[in-house]
Amino acid sequence: MTPDRPSAPRFARVPSGGPAFVAALLLSAALSPTLAQQPAARPSTFDAADTPGDSGGSITLTWSLSEDDGGGAQNVTGYELRRGTQAAGPFESVGFAAPGATQFRDPSAKAGPYYYQLTAVAPGGLSSEPLTVGPVRASAQWFRTARWNVLIIALFLFAVILYYIERGRRGHPPYVRRIAGLDALEEAIGRATEMGRPIVYVPGVHDMNEVQTVASMTILSHVAKKTAAYETRLMVPNRYSLVMTTARETIRESCLAAGRPDAYREDDIFYISDEQFGFVAGTSGLIVREKPAACLFLGSFFAESLILAEIGNSVGAIQIAGTAQPAQLPFFVAACDYTLIGEELFAASAYLSGEPKQLGSLRGQDIGKMLAFFGILLGTALTTLATLTGSPALASAFAMVSRFFANAS
Amino acid sequence: MKRTVPLIITFIVGTLLIVAAFVPHYPFDKWNNDFNEFFNIIQAFAFILGGANLMRMHGRRLVERGAGAFYSGVCLAGFLGMMTVGLFKLGNPAGLTGDVDVTGSWFEIGYRYLFSPTSATIYALLAFFIASASYRAFRAKNTEASLLLVTAMVILLGRTFLGPVLTGWLPPSLSFFEISNLASWFMSVPVQAGNRAIMLGVALGIVSLSLKVILAIDRSHLGDRG
Amino acid sequence: MSGFRLPEIDRRLVFAIVAAVVVFPIFFRLSLPEVPSTIVMNVFDSVESLPAGAMVLMPMDFDPGSEAELQPMARAFVRHCAEKKLRITFLTLWGTGSQMIERVTKDVLIPEFPDYQYGRDWVNLGYKPGMESVITVILNDLKKTFPTDVSGKNLDDIPLTRDVRNLRNYNLILSVSAGYAGTKEWVQFAGDPGQIPVAAGMTAVQAPLNYPYYPRQLKGLLGGVKAAAEYESLLIKKYPRYEDQQKYRFEALTRMGPQTFAHLAVIGLILLGNATYWINRRAAQGGA
Repeated sequence: MTPDRPSAPRFARVPSGGPAFVAALLLSAALSPTLAQQPAARPSTFDAADTPGDSGGSITLTWSLSEDDGGGAQNVTGYELRRGTQAAGPFESVGFAAPGATQFRDPSAKAGPYYYQLTAVAPGGLSSEPLTVGPVRASAQWFRTARWNVLIIALFLFAVILYYIERGRRGHPPYVRRIAGLDALEEAIGRATEMGRPIVYVPGVHDMNEVQTVASMTILSHVAKKTAAYETRLMVPNRYSLVMTTARETIRESCLAAGRPDAYREDDIFYISDEQFGFVAGTSGLIVREKPAACLFLGSFFAESLILAEIGNSVGAIQIAGTAQPAQLPFFVAACDYTLIGEELFAASAYLSGEPKQLGSLRGQDIGKMLAFFGILLGTALTTLATLTGSPALASAFAMVSRFFANAS
Repeated sequence: MKRTVPLIITFIVGTLLIVAAFVPHYPFDKWNNDFNEFFNIIQAFAFILGGANLMRMHGRRLVERGAGAFYSGVCLAGFLGMMTVGLFKLGNPAGLTGDVDVTGSWFEIGYRYLFSPTSATIYALLAFFIASASYRAFRAKNTEASLLLVTAMVILLGRTFLGPVLTGWLPPSLSFFEISNLASWFMSVPVQAGNRAIMLGVALGIVSLSLKVILAIDRSHLGDRG
Repeated sequence: MSGFRLPEIDRRLVFAIVAAVVVFPIFFRLSLPEVPSTIVMNVFDSVESLPAGAMVLMPMDFDPGSEAELQPMARAFVRHCAEKKLRITFLTLWGTGSQMIERVTKDVLIPEFPDYQYGRDWVNLGYKPGMESVITVILNDLKKTFPTDVSGKNLDDIPLTRDVRNLRNYNLILSVSAGYAGTKEWVQFAGDPGQIPVAAGMTAVQAPLNYPYYPRQLKGLLGGVKAAAEYESLLIKKYPRYEDQQKYRFEALTRMGPQTFAHLAVIGLILLGNATYWINRRAAQGGA
């Protein structure tokens, strides 16, 4: 809907001749508004529509810039947006957009239908004449259109992973390269058994809603099964109570699965502190006192990674670490004997189980990586060639590829 | 039953949340927030378990006068002390109706003069451990270790006055090789490339593991080899 | 016959060396001149280019553990904004952030700028839980999440916030952060969608994770104490009254002395470690 522009103000004719001329000039000046007192020019277009691909309750308002935006006679300081349930009002404010903005989303349009008013605001509160649009009602959609590319990639990955899992189940397990850190777990547990010293397993500093902690629990079950079989003491300090509870259940079930329920020691899986450095201090003290033969740091870590690794090194423990936090990996690589880097932490459970169907999922991950690899190659080639040749076709091809892989809101 | 019920719950909740990422219509939009709230509630209740475990463990050590009994006493005193002071707003100038951390309250004093310094002290240990780890790890034992050593030296020098001193004389055409510029280039190009590659792998690993856990293909977290 | 060997240094000696090189410059108040880098100058310019009365949002998302690294840059930001007579709004997404805001306002803003009036020139909105979901809401409606300031006063009754609708009313977001939720979330959920300029200070470990956003979504960033020291040196150069280091403490510049010496000590230890390794390897090969 495009409202009409208001007509320009009319000025009185100025007569010629001496005092009459001056009087007329003064009279016209008193009657006519000066430039400084004129309201801002209102935008020429204003539209309101249901925000697409959302859960309803949101209206997207768009408009063209006022002629006084970014210069002009009245420097517009922003756009006031108001909402009402009737065309004639009353209207209440729903937001204020900065100068230069041409779009605003009203996320509180739950009921409706609504009418919206837009005014361009100038210094001294000289708003333009309002533009009104409506009625418009928000509605919910069944698909987030902005995420269509994410859905395609997700479905592709799911299909590939499940295909290779099924191939594994049918007796065609893929080749998986050796992961030194995971092979060393057996060595670490054996060392602890021989020396009669415990193993300290730290499942990270995040709670159970972090997928790295879930991955850590899957590795813990494998470790616990072995330690139960070898009668090696396994100590698990925890930062969060939920992680402690989950770790206890995991280890208990692993002891049962190993046929050694008596190996389960509840007191060895304990809570220390929710506070990050309180947890670090407690765990460091535990390592120094108990002098474990092996320290396993598997999960999500932050600044405490180097502290824990160095403390473990100081007591002569063999150390295996794994995290998906890129910022902490260098510390673990420098201070630990073995480090699982990023995805190796998530592959650990499949690798340790040795089951063909689980190993098949690793091949599916690799196919996903190939997709990313070729996407990067394609994008790089297209943008390089587009820049070198100046070809619009290549430039639009690159735009298409980058739009597909761009982040969706 | 003990294993089946958690697997069914995992499958239903996991699938619903994946669908909710793409379907904004009611009730999917609500479930995303609701499940996060459920987790927060469970986490809050689980804290009671953790607190009880802490008190039981250290209380027993204190009573039995086992090794480290004194430190268990300190731990319990700190835990119970701060909890009491905060819960009952002892020494709070604003009284029971004011905020628990009002300036001058015992809780705020404990936070400022006990908690903050001890927290910062543990963090400060990193300075010492960085040095000992560097001394031990950055040795040119092979090609990769040598590359690591050279990179570390460039970045370390780039963060001191020695960087400009050692390479400030280079002509503008070779300014890329000035240590501070080289250090910036290392951080913004190779390090970024490595970070992004790791993050790509991590994302795929999360997808794979999550799918296996949701579909009960991987049940090792329940102590089952699946 | 085995050759000359160097002994490995005991880790306790390494710790003693580090302690000594850190204490020595503090004791003798040694500091070195800083040459500001481009990325730090961009942060400085993003504040310096604002006119008097411009609105700045300053989220302080850090805790006591990172205070040593981040409080100096928080103070430098506050000093700079106050010198430019910018209107500052403090808030935090971290539970521990409230104390950080209180420290910087009590230690710097109130004593050094007595003309700066609460409510007119600065306001403290306090802490709100919810991480990035807070940012998403206040991008469109500030008062929905923060109806009052930290003392309970209605934002409609405070001159600075009376006419503020949402984050789009701010000219700059100047984030100080130690992790999640922090600069990355302010860029992703406010700066980029709201087209609001963002500049930031963060710990040195966080900086590499935020470089991808520079310079398009992040005007500039300060990574760690060194960058904070560079910012302070820019501040002293621009506002000569700060040359009085007795009256105005610039913690980052003070700490750069120990940091620089510590870096040199680490470099020395690395070189010594390599010398030890190679000499002992040669000796072992000679004796084999």
